[in-house]
Amino acid sequence: MLQSTEVIPSKPSRVVTPTVQVRALASTLPLDDIKPCIETRELTALFDNTAAVKNVTMTVPQRAVTAIIGPSGCGKSTLLRCFNRMHETVPGARVEGFVAVLGTSIYGDGTSPIAVRRHVGMVFQRPTPFPTMSIRNNVLAGLRVDSRLRESRENVDGIVEEALQRAGLWAEVKDRLNESAMALSGGQQQRLCIARALATRPRVILLDEPTASLDPLSTQKVEELVYELRNTVSVVIVTHNMQQAARVSDRTAFLLAGELVELTSTRELFTAPADERTEAYITGRFG
Amino acid sequence: MRTARSRHIVSGGMIGLTYVAAALATLPLLLILLHLVRKGASSLSLDFFTRMPQPVGEMGGGMANAIVGTLVLIGIASLIGLPVGIGAGLYLAEKRSTKLAHIVRFLSDVLNGLPSIVVGIFAWEFLVKPVGHFSALAGGIALGTMMIPLVTRTTEEMLKVVPNSLREAALALGYQRWRTSLSIVLRTAMAGIATGALVAVARIAGETAPLLFTAFGNQFWSLSPGQPIAALPLQIFTYAVSPYDEWHRLAWAGALVLIAMVLVISILARVATRSRFGAPVD
Repeated sequence: MLQSTEVIPSKPSRVVTPTVQVRALASTLPLDDIKPCIETRELTALFDNTAAVKNVTMTVPQRAVTAIIGPSGCGKSTLLRCFNRMHETVPGARVEGFVAVLGTSIYGDGTSPIAVRRHVGMVFQRPTPFPTMSIRNNVLAGLRVDSRLRESRENVDGIVEEALQRAGLWAEVKDRLNESAMALSGGQQQRLCIARALATRPRVILLDEPTASLDPLSTQKVEELVYELRNTVSVVIVTHNMQQAARVSDRTAFLLAGELVELTSTRELFTAPADERTEAYITGRFG
Repeated sequence: MRTARSRHIVSGGMIGLTYVAAALATLPLLLILLHLVRKGASSLSLDFFTRMPQPVGEMGGGMANAIVGTLVLIGIASLIGLPVGIGAGLYLAEKRSTKLAHIVRFLSDVLNGLPSIVVGIFAWEFLVKPVGHFSALAGGIALGTMMIPLVTRTTEEMLKVVPNSLREAALALGYQRWRTSLSIVLRTAMAGIATGALVAVARIAGETAPLLFTAFGNQFWSLSPGQPIAALPLQIFTYAVSPYDEWHRLAWAGALVLIAMVLVISILARVATRSRFGAPVD
């Protein structure tokens, strides 16, 4: 169980009084020594000729949860979608700059966006199970488009179980794997989408406001899940909820009007932000 | 200021008028059905479905060849209309705002509004005249041409209902674009597309004009696509304009069977829609 978060009313003082409490870091990994999972240099993402993300240079460590926070429209989702080349699927959208996942440039010549997306999982704001598929086939969907499933056909049941276990959904659905995914509740559907993303064993998983359409109880389950996942996979989570960032992440990036203001350990960002704008945002003075 | 009472009276009157309009809208269908049943039911028998047309002067006989002929024509038309229509609908839905999509959408609407006799003349010019004789194939192609715009637009509408988030989810899993379109988007909308296809079939099943100089009609048994073929609407037309009472009787029965076929297809379409339209409302 995660600690509950107390909200302290903010005072407009120079002394920072964060509105969120930060949980103690349970991770034993020394964050600064970790080889980067995602690295960007001067990353700019444009819609037609308007830049939604401007000149972002950042590194995301492996086996940790990195949160991206910021006010609505600051470009956090756009930034996330540059990490698996989903940004360019929107007509008129393009990306400039450098992005590498685990040391490989994903925008390099000859790099196929399909291959990138098969190695970087993504979960969206609204649950998106495929309505024509059973729970089981939903989990396998990502593998079936890949040739990898054919090699390990005998172990399909094992893959399904492992993915659902990791998504914390196995106990709830193990007796109805062949039922339609649409019969699940919203929170279960979202965890099914996480299982579907995990089934291909990605090294990174991108969560785009994964709890925005869920009730508090389902939100808590997903948050606990994200907290667990950091032991096996790198997670980048976009959230408009600062408390959530404080609860689940090891590092937090604050984005404002497309620019990266600050990226540091979550504890530091919420207790001693280096930038005035970060402080103003986390104390609730705008956004 | 009007009183509450007068407002209630006006409101009641207006609601009454909408009831009258609703009744008038369904009245023609009811009258036609009633009339057909009265005139045609007495001539309906097993013979009508199993026997061939008889020469003038002989009593009895049926329209077995015309019923089967109509099914053959619907089959040929579907072979052309469904793949082309669904494919074009998929294109319009997935490439929504390209210039070509706008042009295709517009032309499809024009084709939909084209008088069916024009489609028939077109088929005659290119499929009958060069060959030198009428054929089931020409009739089927004429009907298929009429199906294309119907299927295209319903397919597009059904695909547009599929939430974009599903497309994104598939792409993010590493689906290629074509695979996303076929195995996620199209499959999600399949029940709705099937309904649209059935509605299009019901619509063309009763067409007469495009068949007049393509399929032509046939008093004999034929299943060959290269030969003229009998069709219910043609047979009804031929019998109805004849001077013989016996043929008039059979024409009424034929009309009843034709409308029953269309009704059954329409009901099937409704059931198909209700059973499972999987896409979530987003």
